[in-house]
Amino acid sequence: MLAAIRPDSWNYALFLHVLGAMVLVGALVTAVTAQVVGWMRAAGVDALTYARLSFKTLLIVGVPAWFAMRIGAEWIYSKEGWADVPKEPGWLGIGYITADLGGVLLLTAVILAGFGARRLARADGGVSILARSAGVLAVLVLAIYLIALWAMTAKPN
Amino acid sequence: MSRYDWLLFLHVFSAFALVAALTLYTVLIVSVWNKDVPGDVARLFSLQRVGDVLVGVGSIGVLVFGIWLAIDVKGYELWDGWIIAALVLWFVMGALGARTGKIYNAVRDRARALVREGENAPSAELRTLVQNRQGLWLHAASVLVVLLLLIDMIFKPGA
Repeated sequence: MLAAIRPDSWNYALFLHVLGAMVLVGALVTAVTAQVVGWMRAAGVDALTYARLSFKTLLIVGVPAWFAMRIGAEWIYSKEGWADVPKEPGWLGIGYITADLGGVLLLTAVILAGFGARRLARADGGVSILARSAGVLAVLVLAIYLIALWAMTAKPN
Repeated sequence: MSRYDWLLFLHVFSAFALVAALTLYTVLIVSVWNKDVPGDVARLFSLQRVGDVLVGVGSIGVLVFGIWLAIDVKGYELWDGWIIAALVLWFVMGALGARTGKIYNAVRDRARALVREGENAPSAELRTLVQNRQGLWLHAASVLVVLLLLIDMIFKPGA
């Protein structure tokens, strides 16, 4: 029912926020899948293909989607007037922490994945600790955003 | 958490899984577009299985939990215009997805068959299959339909 009484002007901000979050999760799932499949097939050319795919997905899809999600969040925050509320609800705090922490980790994962793919290309395949670290970070970011998804929909407190 | 909270979470979670699958498929289609070496194409298509699981879980989840929400929440009815629109869009999405899947599964199977036969040289036949315009347009249409579903869910026209 809350959705039914939400003013239409808020919906544009919510649309941008949700679409950005959905594509961001999609980019993370794709990047993590590529990393995991790469680990399972340690052959040089395989590892390099998957490391490159993971890096490009995070950079070209994940980062713009993060910005769309974060801009949409700030837009709807101002529309709903949360800045004027003395004590913000817990779910909003969870949203802020996970969005910003996830952003920093995402950026770190992109950098590690980029250097990891480059090292794999130079070494003509093999195993790259950097690429694997990027994969672990991407899994962590994905887990953080699933917690955020739960907080945003279930709105505890 | 109330039943409504759980239903909403599962409905939205399913929608995220669905969009994640579409994102994965889009990355896959873009990545293989200029590839004609069977080994490269087969290698990239190994990611497809995760997308298949996500699209299955996501599409069934959004429908089941969406209908449950519509029945459970006072003020919403299954015959509301925006809910009927969502159901129609869901069926259109399913039909488009099935046709797109057939086209790209054929590409994957051909690439794997060539690898099995020991043919790993660039293949003009494989390039033609990979750059199938119909598959591309069907996938683009699926993305558009899911976008319309999201717009319908957020704006709830007529609610």
